[in-house]
Amino acid sequence: MILPTPTGSSSVTTGEVRLTVRNLRKVFADDPKPALAMLRQGATKAEVLQRLNVNVGVAEASFDIRAGEIFVIMGLSGSGKSTVIRMLNRLVEPSEGEIRLDGRDLTRLSRSDLVSVLRRDMSMVFQSFALLPNRTALENAAFGLEVAGMPRAQRRTAALAALDRVGLSAYADRYPGELSGGMQQRVGLARALAKNPTIMLMDEAFSALDPLIRADMQGELLRLQREDARTIVFISHDADEAMRLADRIAVMEEGRIAQIGTPAEILRSPADDYVRAFFRGVDASRLLRARDLAQPPGSAAGEGFGEHGEPRFRYRTDGAGLFRGVVATGRAGDGATALFGLEPADADAPLQSLLGRVAAAPCPLPVVEADGRFVGVISRAALLAALDRGASAEVRHG
Amino acid sequence: MVDLLSVEWLSETIGGGISAGSEWLVNLILDHGQPVLGAISGAVDGLGGALDGMLLGVPPWVLALVLGATAWWRVGWRFALFTLLAVGAIFVMGLWEPTVSTLGLVLASTVLSLAAGIPLGILMARSRIADGVGKTLLDLMQTMPAFVYLIPAVLFFGLGRVPGIIATVVFAMPPAVRLTALGIRQVPAELVEAGRAFGCRDHQLLLKVQLPNALPSIMAGVNQTMMMALSMIVVASMIGAGGLGNVVLQGIQRLDIGLGVQSGLSVVLLAVVLDRITQSFGRTARSRSPASPRRRLLPWGR
Repeated sequence: MILPTPTGSSSVTTGEVRLTVRNLRKVFADDPKPALAMLRQGATKAEVLQRLNVNVGVAEASFDIRAGEIFVIMGLSGSGKSTVIRMLNRLVEPSEGEIRLDGRDLTRLSRSDLVSVLRRDMSMVFQSFALLPNRTALENAAFGLEVAGMPRAQRRTAALAALDRVGLSAYADRYPGELSGGMQQRVGLARALAKNPTIMLMDEAFSALDPLIRADMQGELLRLQREDARTIVFISHDADEAMRLADRIAVMEEGRIAQIGTPAEILRSPADDYVRAFFRGVDASRLLRARDLAQPPGSAAGEGFGEHGEPRFRYRTDGAGLFRGVVATGRAGDGATALFGLEPADADAPLQSLLGRVAAAPCPLPVVEADGRFVGVISRAALLAALDRGASAEVRHG
Repeated sequence: MVDLLSVEWLSETIGGGISAGSEWLVNLILDHGQPVLGAISGAVDGLGGALDGMLLGVPPWVLALVLGATAWWRVGWRFALFTLLAVGAIFVMGLWEPTVSTLGLVLASTVLSLAAGIPLGILMARSRIADGVGKTLLDLMQTMPAFVYLIPAVLFFGLGRVPGIIATVVFAMPPAVRLTALGIRQVPAELVEAGRAFGCRDHQLLLKVQLPNALPSIMAGVNQTMMMALSMIVVASMIGAGGLGNVVLQGIQRLDIGLGVQSGLSVVLLAVVLDRITQSFGRTARSRSPASPRRRLLPWGR
């Protein structure tokens, strides 16, 4: 099981929007117009295939990607995720729609303007590594720089530095055929990093690796990301991988985006059964934090309320919003109050570490930030609902 | 019922039309294409003559050593030994001069076939229209009996080395074209995607991604072209190209079994040497994994 990391389920993403994608569509037909017209009216992939015998790659995709975030697009094969990422650098020409990079519409660029954007801003990492077999690791890593016309000595230095960052400087003179899969993908990563792009497109970059190496590479990517904060679009069909890497996730289904949100949002309230099914195998207790489940005390369903619906507990805060303690309001009418010396939970604590405390606490467990600010409470009902990933899970909160 | 008369009329018209048409075309070229024909003839003769002169200019033992050294470098010491023995045998049989002349002819034809064939193959890999036109042309070149295009070759260029080389080029070029196009098309799609994603322009994609990865296939084309050029030498000698082909023809005309076997053996020995050496280039291009770095020391390759 993959452990969460600080970037893993942080719901806070600062940074302005870098990539804006609007109404992006791809149909594979000599004359795309009728199919596009159907899609604009909301027709599904299957309907277009049946009516017009036209294959739809992407029925509609609209999303914003912010600077410095890892945006994971996930879905089953055939859901259009690989087509979406290939349209971002126009390996696949969009049939319709806008892709704005820092406000500039990439779909309208001439070939030669596009080439300069690709050379300066964008790198890609491929599932099959796509290293040139006739070049050494170093020459592969230097490929983007060579194509862009950087002098030999300079690009050698930059490529060596990139290989060093992925821990492969000792293998600079080896050919891809002499390297293991994990090492080959590190070369792929070095090739992408060497030109210092602001945007990295990663198409199932770790899917071809075995599980241990894959987890290793995910850690490597997160480490690199902490150092550089690039904008990364990552395609995956692996829910655990998406949960671990993503700042935000877009789930694609049949060429459309079913849901976009932080991992916690998607775990807490999946938009439909497809999304829920996708993340069923994910162990929510490791991924969710206390913060993700905390709700205002009044809204906690089930416990914490008296027979007539009046709150049985009050959570006291001072003027600055700092948590002070819990007050039991006692039975209706008798006005007696009692104060517990209850230890509040840290907002960043993984859910897993709170199971016992939520169970033992007489009232919904209060959650505070590191600086003592009161965030909300976690009730037993909310906790159980979050942990239940089955199809029957009723989402009663959020 | 088909009227027999009309069938006869039809066949006469069409048959006559083809004859008249090709005669008209040949005459047109002869009447108005002389400057072009002259230029082609001059260039081909220049290349053939230069190669011939160079090969015949050096002493036989120098050429033998060069061939042996190449064989050692590309294949291994046992094959180098074989090469020296083969050269020695040809020399002893007294067929050195025609063999070298044939070698010159084969090299000239191969160079010209590749100079035309590889760019054509690249074009066919990149354009669907070029591919359609090219395929038709190649089918025509490969199925038309070689004797048929000897006629216009002689009409345009007279007798001698030039029409021999040109007929050989027509015969030997198709594999170079086809295998170049095939090699480029078979470059894995993700390598081409990687090239594009990292900002390759078209010519960079071709030079840095497609051609290097198509090299094994292209080298196989080079090898095939050379072998086909060798197999054309007897036919080419019928229009005065000279060399070993001429000796074979003499053997046939005189019903001289000894001469026939000797010249035939020389052709085979030359073919084996050229085949192994050109094949070795394709192999290095193919195997980038030095997992078996000593394989080139094996005498017969593979």
